[in-house]
Amino acid sequence: MQVTMTVNGTEVTRDVEPRLLLVHFLRETLGLTGTHWGCDTSNCGTCVVLVDGEPVKSCTQLAAMTAGHEVRTVEGMAAGGTLDPVQQGFMEEHGLQCGFCTPGMMLTARALLDRNPDPDEGEIREAISGQICRCTGYATIVRSIQWAAAHPAAETTDQEVRA
Amino acid sequence: MTAVTDKPRATRASAAGSSGKGCPVQVPAPFDYARATSVADALELLERHGPESHVIAGGHSLLPMMKLRLARPEWLIDINDVAELGHLTEEADVLRVGALTRHAALLDSDVVGRLFPIVHDAEKVIADPVVRNRGTIGGSLGQADPAEDLTTVCDVLRAQVVIVGPAGERVVDIGDFHRGPYETACEQNELITEVRFPIRARSSSAYEKVERRVGDWAVAAAGAAILLAEDGTFADVAIGLTALGLEGLATEAAAVLVGERPSEELLAEAGRLAAVASSPVEDQRGPVDYKRHLADELTRRVLRRSLERVGATAGALQGG
Repeated sequence: MQVTMTVNGTEVTRDVEPRLLLVHFLRETLGLTGTHWGCDTSNCGTCVVLVDGEPVKSCTQLAAMTAGHEVRTVEGMAAGGTLDPVQQGFMEEHGLQCGFCTPGMMLTARALLDRNPDPDEGEIREAISGQICRCTGYATIVRSIQWAAAHPAAETTDQEVRA
Repeated sequence: MTAVTDKPRATRASAAGSSGKGCPVQVPAPFDYARATSVADALELLERHGPESHVIAGGHSLLPMMKLRLARPEWLIDINDVAELGHLTEEADVLRVGALTRHAALLDSDVVGRLFPIVHDAEKVIADPVVRNRGTIGGSLGQADPAEDLTTVCDVLRAQVVIVGPAGERVVDIGDFHRGPYETACEQNELITEVRFPIRARSSSAYEKVERRVGDWAVAAAGAAILLAEDGTFADVAIGLTALGLEGLATEAAAVLVGERPSEELLAEAGRLAAVASSPVEDQRGPVDYKRHLADELTRRVLRRSLERVGATAGALQGG
């Protein structure tokens, strides 16, 4: 069957099997391997992408079900050569070691901050509670998201970076 | 029908398929896919594609089961675009919740929290926040997993389930809706469209679950809904247990409370009777004795919390 969806702002159309999962559509059909594929049972959360702005575990959604919707992956976080504040926060606060959980963590963080620009620590921990990190003990991930909340993207920031 | 909610308890198995790169991948067996645009369209698609067609909503129970070949539909009828199933309407004596209402939407709803705090108690511990963005109330009930939380919630709130099929619409009491583990009154060619919660004054409710970690199924959980009479005695009580081997309500535990004034002694007796009514099985989540203890303790806690929420406390009333 043919599916059309918007991925990181670009409309894509591909012929797929109805049983193709969104995570494999992104990684194998589109070659966007920034989305990781982990437990395959909607437990680990490394496959999280944003569908219409909401975090979704892409191992448990069909590409077919996503047709007509907007998908954002980690490849779509930076804009115009400028990292998203969440990405910058993960750099500043060492929010990753092995990096496996990172794309899912960052997208969930992005969705959280879009909805709640000033979350407290409890809200951050709740938001990422469906995602597993085996390196950091979560402390630096929480601090990374706090950094991003304290440094929201602004046009002035972009201009400063370009200047 | 089934639509979907949280994770299946099955763990990863080496089922099925290959990515073509020598890497084992769990993929569902082949099926055909159709997207319904309305309830009428969904029913027509189910009729046209026959008994091996299956409704999908959130997909978080069905897709994992399909990966493991525990489910093998030939057609998936996607109802995610059926906007008429996403309503949440408060009327004078009933809250009408569309079957496609996501867990996240129930948790976000102030109306739900005000009328039925038990729903928020339960939703906070159903799966995890990301899964709750997809799973639906209709899917949870349709899946009818014996460890599923909303079933107990609906039991104690004496909810009704609206089912639409080729013969029209019928409204089924939750007790009649459930036929056993993974079995409901909703036939293959029918669709759950709405869940109705009766609104009652001087009532409240609570739910508490013990889980090993975020997103896990319950070790055990209990839910209660109470209705107080003008004089402060219990006019109606419903107690339900999750993952404790009890079908339906703990009627004897509730019966000792009705007509009585709340006291800690009475709550303890209700807890004891709830534990007696339970028949837990030992598994990796704990031994029988522990689960029975939880049935007792959690029953007391949800009764106590329901009383606090309705403005009475067992402690304050104890001496009265």
